[in-house]
Amino acid sequence: MISLAGRDILHSWGKFVFTGIGLGLLIGVTLTMAGVYRGMVADGKALLDNSGADLWVVQQETLGPYAESSSVYDDLWRGIRTMPGVAAAANVTYLTMQIRHGRRDVRAMVVGIMAGNPGDPGWPPHLVAGRQITRGHYEAVADIASGFRLGDELKIRRDRYKVVGLTRRMVSSNGDPMVFIPLKDAQAAQFLKDNDAIWMQRRRTEANPAFNRPTVPGLLEAVLASQTVNNQVNAILVRLAPGYTPEEVAAPIRRWKRLTVYDRSQMEEILIGKLIATAAKQIGMFLVILAVVSAAIVAFIIYTLTMDKIREIAVLKLIGTRNRTIARMILLQALALGAIGFVVGKIAATFAAPHFPKYVLLMPADSLAGFFAVMLICVLASLVAIRLALKVDPAEAIGG
Amino acid sequence: MSPQKRRLMALLLALLPLLGLFAHVAVRSGPLAPVAVTVTTVESQPLNPALFGIGTVEARYSYKIGPTAAGRVKHLFVDVGDRVKAGQVLGEMDPVDLDARIRAQEAALKAARAAVRQAEAKAAYARSQARRYEKLLRARSVSEEQVAAKRQELAVAEAALTAARDEVHRIQADIEALIAQRGYLKLVAPVAGLVVARQANPGTSVMAGQAVVEVIDPTVLWIDARFDQISAGGLAPGLPAKIRLRSRHQQLFGGRVLRLEPLADSVTQEMRAKILFEEALRPMPPLGELAEVTVALPALPARPVIPNAAIREVGGRRGVWLLQPDGLRFVPVRLGRSDLDGRVQVLDGLKEGERIVVYSEEPLTPRIRVEVVERIPGVTP
Repeated sequence: MISLAGRDILHSWGKFVFTGIGLGLLIGVTLTMAGVYRGMVADGKALLDNSGADLWVVQQETLGPYAESSSVYDDLWRGIRTMPGVAAAANVTYLTMQIRHGRRDVRAMVVGIMAGNPGDPGWPPHLVAGRQITRGHYEAVADIASGFRLGDELKIRRDRYKVVGLTRRMVSSNGDPMVFIPLKDAQAAQFLKDNDAIWMQRRRTEANPAFNRPTVPGLLEAVLASQTVNNQVNAILVRLAPGYTPEEVAAPIRRWKRLTVYDRSQMEEILIGKLIATAAKQIGMFLVILAVVSAAIVAFIIYTLTMDKIREIAVLKLIGTRNRTIARMILLQALALGAIGFVVGKIAATFAAPHFPKYVLLMPADSLAGFFAVMLICVLASLVAIRLALKVDPAEAIGG
Repeated sequence: MSPQKRRLMALLLALLPLLGLFAHVAVRSGPLAPVAVTVTTVESQPLNPALFGIGTVEARYSYKIGPTAAGRVKHLFVDVGDRVKAGQVLGEMDPVDLDARIRAQEAALKAARAAVRQAEAKAAYARSQARRYEKLLRARSVSEEQVAAKRQELAVAEAALTAARDEVHRIQADIEALIAQRGYLKLVAPVAGLVVARQANPGTSVMAGQAVVEVIDPTVLWIDARFDQISAGGLAPGLPAKIRLRSRHQQLFGGRVLRLEPLADSVTQEMRAKILFEEALRPMPPLGELAEVTVALPALPARPVIPNAAIREVGGRRGVWLLQPDGLRFVPVRLGRSDLDGRVQVLDGLKEGERIVVYSEEPLTPRIRVEVVERIPGVTP
């Protein structure tokens, strides 16, 4: 037996389904917007996960290496490696820059990883193609989001790098794809000036009588050589030995090495609470507005659907249909509309998500909350429509 | 079929694909979706490990030629890029006052010789006087005291003569020294070679020992190569090497490890080695050019080998994910040497024929559902 609501839907099912699909696209946009927000947070967490570190040792009094710039000497890791509770320590550099590839350039975060073995802190934890870096120079592992392919040649500063491996979801907190290169190359790339600047600096040093003394041959060469070396890195990644808490290991490093140390929860706080806070609030605000607008539109649609058949409702009342039956019809129709809208929205959001330039994370919990929100809005909107339907005068069926 | 049934059918036809799509989306995305992985079988293979380093082209023998005493450059006959022969005069220093000093010494020599003659005459006279007074003493016509005075005069005259002769020798030696010094004013090539630097031009004053011209032997070039200490195990003299120059990076040149430097660089944590070119390059690469060096190590016998992309770190242990009929299992492994193509020997923990995960879309956990694929979605071949 088909209920009254079903009969009414069947009466003009095309209109009903298309209204549902239109509503669904709107819900899809809202779900996607929620996904964009979740994606931003996930990008921040992915950055921390991918570093493979339990502690981040950075320059004193800085929020480095992601939220602020930080530089520490590259031989400090040896001292930290010997502290109790440290299972592994590795230097790392981070630099967001444009990488030239053929005729285009790609914005990427260049990560300098210390020579060692796969699985060391800082190394890409897993690949989707190719292999890990085996040479100490001029090899790169790039994220697939950068658009690079295996065997491509990249240009970072003045050196060419060959892409030997690809990763997935290795991104900076801004969603820029990561490109992993050996640490020594990265140190050079980070502090290397362009050739003109180097020549100018040489000229300046030569013009300085303090460095260019005729009676001390070799002094000028020594000074010039000292200007082109770089022995700084941005942070030291520390992995804890089993059985130690982060605070147990961090406290002596803070106290005796006089460096700032962050653990995982503090780093998350910095990244999500400080670095992407404004952007996330912006998206959150937009999400709220979109949700309110969607709710208003759902209410309008249900209201107009009811208004369209106000005459039929008057006839129903005229033939003595009970108010409960009419209210049930309107409520069921609203819920059916909401269900179609949600299904279409979920499908649209899922298919649209991979095409966004930044990561869009559709969480099942969000979808579930979205489903209940849609249903609630439908119920509330139908209450208004029901009130209107019940107030209608049966006389309208024959009059007006 | 009533019109109502037809409508119902149409509605169901519209809604069914939608529901199907929804079910597909719910299962294939999000936490319920399986993770795509690729799998390989552990095989026993021989391994050809190699080391990779970079360095700069340098000359094995280089000669810095300059004056032995401070002076001014008078002539330079060669310029950068010229080939020189052994013994060829490359330039000359300005003698400044050296010739005048030689002439002055020659005049002093003449004066000294005259002084010798004078001393000889004085000594001859003193000798005859002494002889005569001896005779007179025997005839008892002079006192003993007068004879003693004459003997003393003779001794003084003879000493003066010796001193005058020694002075002549001294001046002669001085003249020889100045002439020798004049000879060193010529800058002479010690070997056949190539002029690579001309540090001073005629008219420039240079200090003793400062280089004016730099000559290298262009037939023997080597690479001063650096290898990261962590991956330099097995580096030894005599191993064959392939050299790639930055300016000719399409081309590979043969080389050989000449020696491993006993001093490593503790700041950069690198080992240094000298790689000799097998044969002289034509045209000669500029000194200081960047070169990449790949040193082949002796081949290792066959053992289970895995790609380095399969190595994961879980709970502080390094291992691989084993694909078994009932799911994934993480097994820690002990790794041996690896080659530059990313293949690693497994010493312990894996057997031949076991299937391991190489690439995965997401980080893996034991309870995750996996789908074995040929290639991870999104990767273009």
